Amino acid sequence: MTADASTVLIEATGLTKVYGTPGGRAGFTAVDGIDLEIHRGEAFGVLGANGAGKSSTMRMIACVSPVTAGSLRILGHDSATDGAKIRARLGVVPQDDTIDSELTVRENLLIYGRYFGLPWKVLRERSTRLLEFTRLSEKADDEVATLSGGMRRRLTIARALINEPEIVLLDEPTTGLDPQARHLLWERLFQLKQDGVTLLLTTHYMDEAEQLCDRLVVMDAGKIVAAGTPAELISRYTSREVVELRFAPGERQIMADKCRGIVERVEELPHRLMLYTDSGEETLAAVNARGVRPLTALIRRSSLEDVFLTLTGRSLVD
Amino acid sequence: MLTLARARSAPAFRELGYWLFRYRRTWRGSIVISVANPLLFLTALGLGLGKLINRNGSESLHGHPYVRFILPGMLIAAVMQTAFLEAAGPVMQAALPRGNYRAAASTPLAPADILYGHLMYWTLRAAQNAILFTGVSVLFGAVSVYRAPLLVPIALLVAVAFATPAAAWGVTVTRPSHLNAMFRFVILPLYMFSGTFFPIEQLPAWLRPVAWATPLWHGVDLCRTVALGTVTLPGALIHTGYLSAMAVIGLFVARRNYRRKLYV
Ligand SMILES: Nc1ncnc2c1ncn2[C@@H]1O[C@H](COP(=O)(O)OP(=O)(O)O)[C@@H](O)[C@H]1O
Ligand SMILES: [Mg+2]
Repeated sequence: MTADASTVLIEATGLTKVYGTPGGRAGFTAVDGIDLEIHRGEAFGVLGANGAGKSSTMRMIACVSPVTAGSLRILGHDSATDGAKIRARLGVVPQDDTIDSELTVRENLLIYGRYFGLPWKVLRERSTRLLEFTRLSEKADDEVATLSGGMRRRLTIARALINEPEIVLLDEPTTGLDPQARHLLWERLFQLKQDGVTLLLTTHYMDEAEQLCDRLVVMDAGKIVAAGTPAELISRYTSREVVELRFAPGERQIMADKCRGIVERVEELPHRLMLYTDSGEETLAAVNARGVRPLTALIRRSSLEDVFLTLTGRSLVD
Repeated sequence: MLTLARARSAPAFRELGYWLFRYRRTWRGSIVISVANPLLFLTALGLGLGKLINRNGSESLHGHPYVRFILPGMLIAAVMQTAFLEAAGPVMQAALPRGNYRAAASTPLAPADILYGHLMYWTLRAAQNAILFTGVSVLFGAVSVYRAPLLVPIALLVAVAFATPAAAWGVTVTRPSHLNAMFRFVILPLYMFSGTFFPIEQLPAWLRPVAWATPLWHGVDLCRTVALGTVTLPGALIHTGYLSAMAVIGLFVARRNYRRKLYV
């Protein structure tokens, strides 16, 4: 993609967030000088474990959190001075959803739309269309207390779309949802992307990042530790395949010693060994030849999970 | 007309719109309460309490029937109580991580717009209370029909003077138990020291300065002297000045606290 100014919707340089402590001294650096460039029409992911600084980044981009240092330009405006203008053109799905339990499902869309100064007539038409889009038409006049977790999340997404935003920010859109609800949500987000909406989402699910994101950054302790397309990251930071061996609790260390030297890189997790290799079959044969008998053995393609493990030495979801 | 239309689309009005929309669910009950409150109280006074007090206490009431004396006090105390309850609690709720303020803050509204919108709502609620309260009082002959309209703006001033500090404080509160404590240990005791039920001349001399310091007393005394036709210009200026200062300082502190809370 060519990156001329008109297609760069979000541009952060040295973006930093330091939270003040109650005493007012020695703040905590949650985001530590990151650079981002997000283009029109792409789905951009921020992958990171809990506490990496994803939400802090998203809140700065949503213009509800002042930038401590660095520059942040969104839709051609400076976030420090033009917050209201920028917010008018964003759709926000925060990590803690702010659905109003005093209102019905449809009223949530109407009232939120009023905050953007949209006329009732437009809102009535849009809310019907968005409830259809998020598969909530049947729930339109119900109390939000009757919604499941997945429905609530879809309502938040419908609400974020009420002002027909150019960029939609989604902070962990599927955390806590069951697989079926997640798949429905992914499918809706994919549709949005097809419709040309720019998506910026954070997640700690590598499959979500792989499914939805054209490009992504991996964030750890407030810093970006890698950036690229999912395929680029996988080929750059890990081997083609992984042999995953599971052991009984007491055995892992002995088995790890036995496996040493079969492949260049072995990661040891509690109860699990990961052997990085270009040929899973050959590696597994070598493991068997050394008399190692795991509880289970699995050969799989490398994923972003492995990229994350390589980069941070930790598993994404513990 | 055009300016009116433009004003109505100002961001603060969108927040007012939200609270009014929610009020659609409770307005009937709230009107019943606004009417029943003075009605019950005036009936009780009419049925004997007033007569008893009039027989024994007319000297310290400067010759006014007790009902005419106490009514302005009841009005102002009711307005204060509503202003506090409607500001502190809902503000705390709305500022929680999942509250309405958070939703509004992610739209073009600035924290100050959110505050102004909510403040307009409290003012409207106070106007409803004050108009119904004085209306009922006029019907009972408890206040002169000519002076009654003057009591409404006084009640609004008192409402705003209490609402802005309550909001400034409420937006920083994280535990609901603190709201109860404030109500029980600050708001309710104000009744005792502010000449609501009896003239502050009845208090021990050393306690009277406490009354002069309380905002409720300034509101009650202003409302009462206007209702009884005994108001003096210096008195009115001091009371109005005190309450206005409280409203303005409350507003500035609230603006700062809203920004700090919603924009971290
Ligand atoms: N308002 C705040 N005040 C102080 N520290 C905060 C605040 N919000 C987040 N943090 C801290 O900043 C770090 C990053 O948090 P966050 O951005 O929420 O990470 P993530 O969304 O990736 O889990 C965490 O250590 C968190 O405790
Ligand atoms: Mg987060």
